[in-house]
Amino acid sequence: MVETVKYDPRSKFPPVDANSGKSVYNLLSGKYMKVWQGPQHPGITGNMSLELTVCGDEIIDCKTHVGYLHRGFEKLMERRRYIQCFPLVCRICVPEPDFNEYLFAEGTEELAGIEIPEKARWYRALTLEMARLASFLMWIGGQAAAFGMGTIGQWTVTMRDYVLDLFEELSGGRIYHMYIIPGGVRADLPAGFALRVEQTLAQIWKVLDDVELALMYNAVFKKRAMGLGVITPSIVDEYGITGPNARGSGVQRDIRKDNPYLVYDQLEFSIVTETGGDAYARTWVRLRETRQSIDLIRQMLEIMPTSGPFFQKLPNVLHWKIPGGQTYKKAECTRGEYGFFMVSDGTELPRRIYVRGPSYTHAVTLMEKLAVNVNIADTAGLMVSLHTYPPEIER
Amino acid sequence: MATERQERTIQEVKDSDPVCDGQAGLKFVHVGADQAVAYITRLRDVQGYTHLVFFTAIDYIEDSIFRLTYMVHNYASRQDLGVQVDIPRQGATMESIHHLWPHAATYQRELKEMFGIDFPGSPGVDDSFILEGWTGIPPMRREFDTKLYSEQTYFPRPGRVTHDTAAYMKEKLYPSEAETW
Repeated sequence: MVETVKYDPRSKFPPVDANSGKSVYNLLSGKYMKVWQGPQHPGITGNMSLELTVCGDEIIDCKTHVGYLHRGFEKLMERRRYIQCFPLVCRICVPEPDFNEYLFAEGTEELAGIEIPEKARWYRALTLEMARLASFLMWIGGQAAAFGMGTIGQWTVTMRDYVLDLFEELSGGRIYHMYIIPGGVRADLPAGFALRVEQTLAQIWKVLDDVELALMYNAVFKKRAMGLGVITPSIVDEYGITGPNARGSGVQRDIRKDNPYLVYDQLEFSIVTETGGDAYARTWVRLRETRQSIDLIRQMLEIMPTSGPFFQKLPNVLHWKIPGGQTYKKAECTRGEYGFFMVSDGTELPRRIYVRGPSYTHAVTLMEKLAVNVNIADTAGLMVSLHTYPPEIER
Repeated sequence: MATERQERTIQEVKDSDPVCDGQAGLKFVHVGADQAVAYITRLRDVQGYTHLVFFTAIDYIEDSIFRLTYMVHNYASRQDLGVQVDIPRQGATMESIHHLWPHAATYQRELKEMFGIDFPGSPGVDDSFILEGWTGIPPMRREFDTKLYSEQTYFPRPGRVTHDTAAYMKEKLYPSEAETW
């Protein structure tokens, strides 16, 4: 192959090898330096590392390394009965485990031809929105802390703890709830639960007002987040970008609206978008979606059925043979499209369960692209603004 | 096997709505390995399936095949389409689609590592992705025995009481079920 662009030695970017397409740089030249960020770093929820090549304090090349959290969930599930897979799946995403439970349960029910009661559908949607709220509150803390505003993180993580209190009351677990089980949900709402939810929501709403003032109108945050990690609408499909990362670029897509599941078609809400495409726009999207989540929970508590069964009795789960077939179930989680592709061969064990996490594309291919030309001090802020959880990359 | 394996040519499927076992909003279609990339390119460029949702493989060891599944999505019609391609397990190789979606290279890198399916020309396909320094057989293949691997790799710490899992479950946890096992 012929090199078409002549390399200018004054450029801070190293020449690109025409055959491999990779940058060629001499680390001994004194011009470049390698810096490892991670696997423990506030810019990443979970363990993942970035191999950064810097010229001065600007990143000229980024390579992501995953595998620190590989526990082989997909392989483990091939050797387990469906009900034994159920307590495994929530561990794929720590801050927001309910989507795994929901999608696994939904996929199993579809393959087995089980209809769940109406009340269970509402309870599932309620749990998913509460999980979304908890996840966003944790994310706000991470985004603010990545730019040196740790206090905001303390406010929101406290609020997240109050949501976890509610989960503890509902399911017995703070982090892994194992509440949405195949057939419905595990328990009815405790007495007075709606009242306590409302009290917590009112508290969170007030804190969000403070967060908005302290973060979104903060000169330091605006200066650093504006123009950082710009995602243009043209690369949204090219890189498989979904969720707030796409909506921050003005792309109006939300699975809750486009392919409504559970009870979302009975709730009133609109798709939140911003047009900036940068970290600042994504922060606005997520802040507004946090408020939207509060609104959705309030709507659900008002109109959800209060009587009726919440669980459809299943066959003996120890000998539960799921009819052969395949399905793909998806839902809109805080980070984008979360999905379970399930294949059954008619036996008691699943043939294949594949977990599609939005971080798979956001944290690897997209991060490698967006990190180039970013100041090294903003790497953590950029990484948080993509909202990634490494466990769902390596499953 | 529940789903019938059928191969269609591009000509057969391109004008018709691909129909397979699926519910509303989700369909599966089977194509031959040599036509798959051309078909997917057409889906992306002509039929509006612009979003590659995921790309994975299913191991049917008893039939000596891998079933590759490319899940693509059309935002206009809100339709998911799973394009399924069967390739032989022996010397498994498939044409790369990284030129259509850059992030497909990551999926292909993982498939090479976990299933041993090669995608010649895909960027970084030979680099390790998750399992740095792995020398055994690709672990997502059905013949890889996780239990045997853990028995050979890890050893019980002294001073701990261990139970045979199956026997313990029969006797202690589900005594009423024991006779049915």
